[in-house]
Amino acid sequence: MSSPLTNPERRDLAAIAATMIPADKALGMPAADDPAILADIERSIGRDLAAVRETLAAIAAAANGKFATLDIDRREALVAERLAAGGWPAWLFGRLVLAAYYRDDRVLRALGHEARAPFPKGYVLEQGDWSLLDPVRDRAPLWRDDRKGAR
Amino acid sequence: MAGPDTVPHEKVDVLIIGSGASGAAVAWSLAETRMRILCLEQGDWMQSSQFPSTGRDWEARRHGGDFDILPNRRGRDTDYPVNDDNSIMKVANFNGVGGGTVIYTAHFPRLHPSDFKVKSMDGVADDWPIDYWTLEKFYEENDRMMGVSGLAGDPGEPARHPPMPPMPMGKTGTLYAQAVNKLGWHWWPSDVAIASTEYEGRGACINLGHCTPGCAQGAKASTDITYWPLALRAGVELRTRCRVREITTDDTGMATGAIYYDADGKEQFQPAEVVILACNGVGTPRLLLNSASAKFPDGLANSSGLVGKNLMLHPWPMVWGYVAQTLDGGRGPITSLWSKQFYETDPKRDFVRGYNLQFDRGTGPVSQALGSTAAGQLPWGRNHHTTFRELVDHRVGIGVACDDLPEEHNRVTLDPHLKDSNGIPAPKIDYTLSENTRRMMEHGIARAEDILKAAGATRITCSREVLNYPGHLLGTARMGTDPARSVVNEWGRSHDVKNLFIVDGSVFVTGGGLNPTSTIQATALYIADQMKQRLATLFD
Repeated sequence: MSSPLTNPERRDLAAIAATMIPADKALGMPAADDPAILADIERSIGRDLAAVRETLAAIAAAANGKFATLDIDRREALVAERLAAGGWPAWLFGRLVLAAYYRDDRVLRALGHEARAPFPKGYVLEQGDWSLLDPVRDRAPLWRDDRKGAR
Repeated sequence: MAGPDTVPHEKVDVLIIGSGASGAAVAWSLAETRMRILCLEQGDWMQSSQFPSTGRDWEARRHGGDFDILPNRRGRDTDYPVNDDNSIMKVANFNGVGGGTVIYTAHFPRLHPSDFKVKSMDGVADDWPIDYWTLEKFYEENDRMMGVSGLAGDPGEPARHPPMPPMPMGKTGTLYAQAVNKLGWHWWPSDVAIASTEYEGRGACINLGHCTPGCAQGAKASTDITYWPLALRAGVELRTRCRVREITTDDTGMATGAIYYDADGKEQFQPAEVVILACNGVGTPRLLLNSASAKFPDGLANSSGLVGKNLMLHPWPMVWGYVAQTLDGGRGPITSLWSKQFYETDPKRDFVRGYNLQFDRGTGPVSQALGSTAAGQLPWGRNHHTTFRELVDHRVGIGVACDDLPEEHNRVTLDPHLKDSNGIPAPKIDYTLSENTRRMMEHGIARAEDILKAAGATRITCSREVLNYPGHLLGTARMGTDPARSVVNEWGRSHDVKNLFIVDGSVFVTGGGLNPTSTIQATALYIADQMKQRLATLFD
């Protein structure tokens, strides 16, 4: 797959994505720099390329170009700060990462979700307990009847 | 006016501009007259096989993608830009056959009788020139045409007869019901324009998730699958990819047709005997203002100066929290129950009018993660996973749908710089919240918090700055009997231009605190009925 990003940008993206969502083996969660998820992120950039580049550059600049070498506390703080302060481009960047991450089969299964599109199988909603309506049915009308004149 | 190279089409009897909620209803209703009826729509026919729920990226496309409800984010080539920088409420809409019904939640309440009488009953704003009872039979007709699921017997509103049983409450709805019962307040399963059973050839809802990005099942009633097939079969013509620039008029001040750009950007002129606007509360005033001429220097149908003014958008704070038990998450339509407990004016409160509480189901994982990171409730980094597990499928959220009364400074004008891809000036929105609305919002937020606490929720949160944007675009060409205080008369005809009608949400005098689509369509059917009854004297 050809990426719209340069190789340095791809390295930054991987390091930042892994900081945003690291792996958790106990929960069965991959990191967002997992090759399949990273490929999905890059494949999905599309019209948001400028926003991605702007966000990557902002984080790289804040880290003096050494993001990957910072300790984990500093990396997390920097990501949180830049994504919160980066406005619409940062939101688009976060959306790209989250959208690719939370549609990954392994992630969805680890969360107890089915790894599929909603259509055509859909889902089942239980009816619920309609007897809960009984006290509401007994209430007097709440609406004002204008035919009786203003109240 | 049309350019020298513009070739006119054959004249039609009725030209409808916009194919959404109201345009479809009026086209269907007028079709029985056997007049030649044409509808111009700037968007495309939608293909259900292309709706997001058919793919694994179904959530992402709702957020900044091609099914975002905000045109400025969505950015389809069939969209036009909207300058809403000076508005806390952003404009949501959709441009395609079916209009906003393609992306609405299909929540389908009716206005209350008091919503039409706010001046006489509450001493504020103005009464409508028609009342609930005038529209009642059209509400019923529209419920049958769209296919509404609900439960009769609600003490919160006048009697109605939904043709299908209500949608299931699910785990989330049951939790809300238990909580509201603890407080002794009103709730009822929402009326929704979603088929809970097979209906008129449409499949029953199979709970594909949030309904806004189109319904691949066809259970949600968008007008491209309800009114339009019947209208087309009855002989109405629908022409897509036609973006109207202006309504033209003659020396006598009558409308003569519309100039539009076709799919290739070529200017076309469509002559007509009658022109009906159905572009809703932003598109309609935009078109009227763009139709200014020497005879109508302030815009068409604007002798009152009210075209574009009195914009109402339904400020809609969202209050949400999280419970310990696992709920339905995003596995079902977003709408669940409503409460009219605080809908009517109560003189003991510090505001007039009221609000509807709308109880939402949860969201899918992507939406949950996006919303929670933006709200600062889901951290990036090592605590991300443990926190996310406490949020996804545990969310409860209540929307406070506020009645924002009309104020002339809330308005649609033409942006002096921003234009769409055809060079047509774009709309500019100026909108602020009144003190009455702010007090109403705070009251509603507090009551929603009460309910969430009764449900056992924690991490209860609400933003006063980022509200829900329901795309309820109302009031900008209001209806009335006084030409100095209204744009159209009591049956939708322009006071100034006798063969120009408006049938969309812009004719609302007040907006209530409820989703307006059923009232928009009932009003459109009423106006169409009036036109049919007055055909011989329509222009008198």
